[in-house]
This record gives sequence, structure tokens and C-alpha cells, in this order.
Amino acid sequence: MGMLSLVVAQFEGEPIVRWQWIVDHLDDVWSRGLQHVVLTGSSVTIGLAIAFPLAVLASRHRWTIPPVTWAIGILYTIPSFAFIFLLLPITGLSQTTVGIPLVAYSILILFRNTLAGLDSVEADVREAAIGMGLSRRQVLWRVEVPLAVPVIIAGVRIAIVSAIGLVTIAALIGRGGFGQFILLGLDTFFPTPLLLGVVLSVALAILADLLLLGLQRLVTPWSTPGGTRTVAT
Amino acid sequence: MISLEHVEKRYSGTAAPAVGDLTLEIGEGETVALVGPSGCGKTTTLKMINRLIEPTGGRILLDSTNVLDQDPVLLRRGIGYVIQHTGLLPHRTIRQNISTVPRLVAWNDERIAARIAELIEIFDLDAELLDRYPAELSGGQRQRVGVARALAADPPVMLMDEPFAAVDPIVRGRLQDQFLDIQARLRKTIVFVTHDVDEAIKLSDRMAILNVGGVLEQFAPPETVLREPENDFVREFVGAERGLKRLALIKVGDIEVDDGPVVSPSASADEARRVIDEAGFGWVSVVDEGELLGWVDRHELEGCATAGEPTPRPFSAYVTARDSLRQALDSVVTSRTAAAVVVSEGQHYRGILTLERISKEIVA
Repeated sequence: MGMLSLVVAQFEGEPIVRWQWIVDHLDDVWSRGLQHVVLTGSSVTIGLAIAFPLAVLASRHRWTIPPVTWAIGILYTIPSFAFIFLLLPITGLSQTTVGIPLVAYSILILFRNTLAGLDSVEADVREAAIGMGLSRRQVLWRVEVPLAVPVIIAGVRIAIVSAIGLVTIAALIGRGGFGQFILLGLDTFFPTPLLLGVVLSVALAILADLLLLGLQRLVTPWSTPGGTRTVAT
Repeated sequence: MISLEHVEKRYSGTAAPAVGDLTLEIGEGETVALVGPSGCGKTTTLKMINRLIEPTGGRILLDSTNVLDQDPVLLRRGIGYVIQHTGLLPHRTIRQNISTVPRLVAWNDERIAARIAELIEIFDLDAELLDRYPAELSGGQRQRVGVARALAADPPVMLMDEPFAAVDPIVRGRLQDQFLDIQARLRKTIVFVTHDVDEAIKLSDRMAILNVGGVLEQFAPPETVLREPENDFVREFVGAERGLKRLALIKVGDIEVDDGPVVSPSASADEARRVIDEAGFGWVSVVDEGELLGWVDRHELEGCATAGEPTPRPFSAYVTARDSLRQALDSVVTSRTAAAVVVSEGQHYRGILTLERISKEIVA
């Protein structure tokens, strides 16, 4: 008898979903959903606030790319479990303990995408901008950043989706959003909350991804030529 | 207007300078082409004028102020700049692209709108294009927008780096003609870089032929360069067909044309035959009070009383004062009459050009 059969045996006789249980716990669904969204949103926002200036620095001074990538790459390799437990003695059972690893993981994705976005600006566009008399700051904010937006948003989408998955792990210290349902299901051999947690977490990831895709289309109408107009010949 | 005085650009780690010791004087309203093989420093020279590249020696005076003493960002706002692939901002509409420099120098909306209206008229652009993005335009349209944008704040000086190289030959020819028309009206001081000798010959008032390391081999009007190339380098660089290229520079209106054999339709057939034999072409132009009706062959006059009796045949091609001698030559060698007939507005007969007459212009 392996572990798996033991688990399956425990679930025996239990219906896959007890709808009444979900209805009884709608308040929890709401509050944990909020926790999930807030944790994800704030950590990716903080991650972008750190990654963005690093990427601008790296695009201006290419030699900084290897050390910066190396440093944030190391953070990325720390397993999430270990990261949370390493922080416990310092930050306790707080949001911060969950937030720090989430921020750390998003930095690598956001740094790479922001840098790739800034690098994707064609040399002749940059040259023409400088040649017309835009200052360095104006070239960055009026030309490079707007043109990097599609690639930056692509990075934010990856960071958000992976953060939504990672938040569930934080259920271990009671800060896991929909992850609390998953943990409850596993602890009590009760499939309803387990499935609810998984489904809600996946749904949130898909919803966030679609919203960001829509946002990208909205803010970069120029990147889909001919989408709404006819191309001149 | 622009003086380069002993300008030098050295890159550290290389023995030979990109531009060694270049001195050039460019007059106001003049169009100067910088031409030469790759590595001759023509683009480097151009970019030193608006300090996209910093010279390591010498002075560059713009309106008698050293550009090196000015803030480079402010300097560039006063100089139009056009590059090969236009460098239009892909995320800005055509209107926003054109208004870039006027906005930087804080023109008000009204003034910008008026200027845009003026520019689309000058450049023959459709007003409908103004709200499109660059990716929605054709290559030729983008190129025109690129030049219009450079002229937006009405700078006295324009720098152009291979401005027409990225479009196909037919569009390029049209853009070049339009450039000449616009420049004839605006008289900007223009420095442009090209690797295409024919483009330099066609567009420039003077061409600076540069050798590797920014060595100036000759700085003269295209006509002079073609007629008297300074040395073997220039001779080789301008290439074969120097004579033909020179013909392209001379307008039919610039030279005196031959009268050619002419009779009026009411002249007698005998008179017509006498004129034909005298000229020796075997045909005669029939001209009625200045208006060219066509030509008649000698044998068609058989049995006719007057020169106008056989229906005059139209010439297959005409040239006008605005055409070049090269076009006239083409007309000569492709016509059955062995001469190009020159007319002005309304088929007004001016005379003819023959092979001998045209070749006299080249050997002269």
C-alpha cells in the first residue's frame, strides 16, 4: 500500500463536490480571493518598481547586465518553501514573509522582459529621436518606454500568472489566498475545498492574463497595423 | 553657412583616423552631396555636424558659431535630420511624428496645425494619412513624411543620410524629382550622404568626393566633376558613361537648337523637296504659323502640289526645353527621323537636335 492509495482510500465514499459546503463558505471565497489578488498585485508591482530601473540602467550600461542577472538569478533559484521558512524568524507569519519571495521571483522575469523591450527599439528610431533633439530622458520616456510596453506587459503577464500559483504555497503560514482551500482539502481528505482552491486559482490566473492582454492592446494601438484600418499602398 | 575646418575624428585603438583633416565650406541655400566608397567617412562627417558623433579635432561652424560650443540637444532642434529608414516613431501617428520638433521648441497648437497643413501641401501628402501610424504607410509615403518631419520647425539646415536608399528605383526617382522641386522653392542649406553617384549628380549643387579616411578628392559642381575629374580616383569613382551622365545635367533649353528643315503646308512641293535636299535628312517638318503638324517624307511628295497635301506624320517623340540632353539623345537614336524635334508648350516648333549637335556639347 503506497501513500497514493492511502489518500485515495481516505476520499472514498465522499462526493467530488459538495455544493452546499461552497455556498456556506462564500465569505471565505471572497476574503481569500482578495488576499490572493492583493498579494499577487502588490508583489508584482514592487517587483516591477525594482526591475524597471535596473533594466534602464542595464540598457544604458551594458556591462551591468551579467552581474545584475547573476544576482537576481540566485534569488530565483531559492525554493519557495525554503525562502518562506528562512524569512519566518525575521518577519514572522506576516504578509511580508510571503511577499518577499514573490517579489524576488518576479524581478528576474520583469528585468529580462523590460530589458528585451528597451533593446527591441530599432536603432534608427532611437537615432532619429536623438537627431531631432530629444534629450536622453525624453528618448527614454517618449520613445523607448512606450515602444517597450508590449514586451514589458508580456513579462508582467508571466510574472502575475506564476505569482498567482506561488501564493497558494503561502497557505503553509496561513497567508495563501485560495491556497488555504487546497491545504484544508489535503489536511482533512475533503475533495471539495481542494478542487475549489485549484479551480479558483487557475481561473484567477486566466482572468488576470486576459485582462493584461486587453490592456496591452488598448495602450498600443500602433502595434497592430491594419487591425482596424486599411493599409495604404 | 556651414564650415568644416580641419575636422578630425579618431577612434581610440585604431591607427588611421575615420576622418583625417577635412575642410569644407558650404554656402547658404546650397545642396551638397557627400559621396565616396564605404569607409570614406561620409556618414561620420555628416553626423559630426549635428554632433551625433563628436569630432576629435578641428572646428565646425554653423552660422559662424562653433557647434561644439552649443548644447547638442538644442543644436539638433535647429537642424533637420533625415535618415535612410526614416526613423519615424512607430507609436506616434503621422501628425504626432511631424509635430515632434515644433513641440520640443514649444510652438502652440495653432501654429503647429498651420505648419502641418502647409507641409502636407508641399509634400503632396493625403490629409487622411495624418491620423495613421507609420506602419500603415507605403515606403515612399514614409520617406516623404520623414523629410516633412525634418522640415517641420523650418530649420535653415538639413542633414540627410542616404535619404532615398530604402525605396525602390521608381519611387526613388519620383522622390528625387519632388526633392528638387521643393528645394527650388525653399532653398535650404542641405548636406546629404549617398553612395549613389547618379543621385549626387542629379540632386547636388556641388559634390564632395571623399576617399578612405575622409580625404577630399574633389569638391565641385557635378558638371565640373564629370568634365574634369581631378584625378584617377574621381574618374574611377564617377565611373563609365561620364559623357552620358553629363548629358543628363544639361537641359535642352540651355543650348541652342538647330533650325532643321521646315516648310509651311502652303509651300509648293518643289520648295519642300529643295529644303529636304538641302538638309539631307530625307524629310521635312511641316509647321503652320509656328505650330508643328508633323513630318513628310520626300517620296510622299510625289504628285503633290503643296507640302501640306500628304497628311503629315506625327513624330514618335518630342523633347521640350525642360528635358535633358540625355533624353534628347534617346529620342534621336530611337526615332526614324534621326533627330529629336524640340517643341515648347502647345506643340510650338523650336527646332531639332541631331547626334552631331548633342555630341558637340560633350566634347566642347
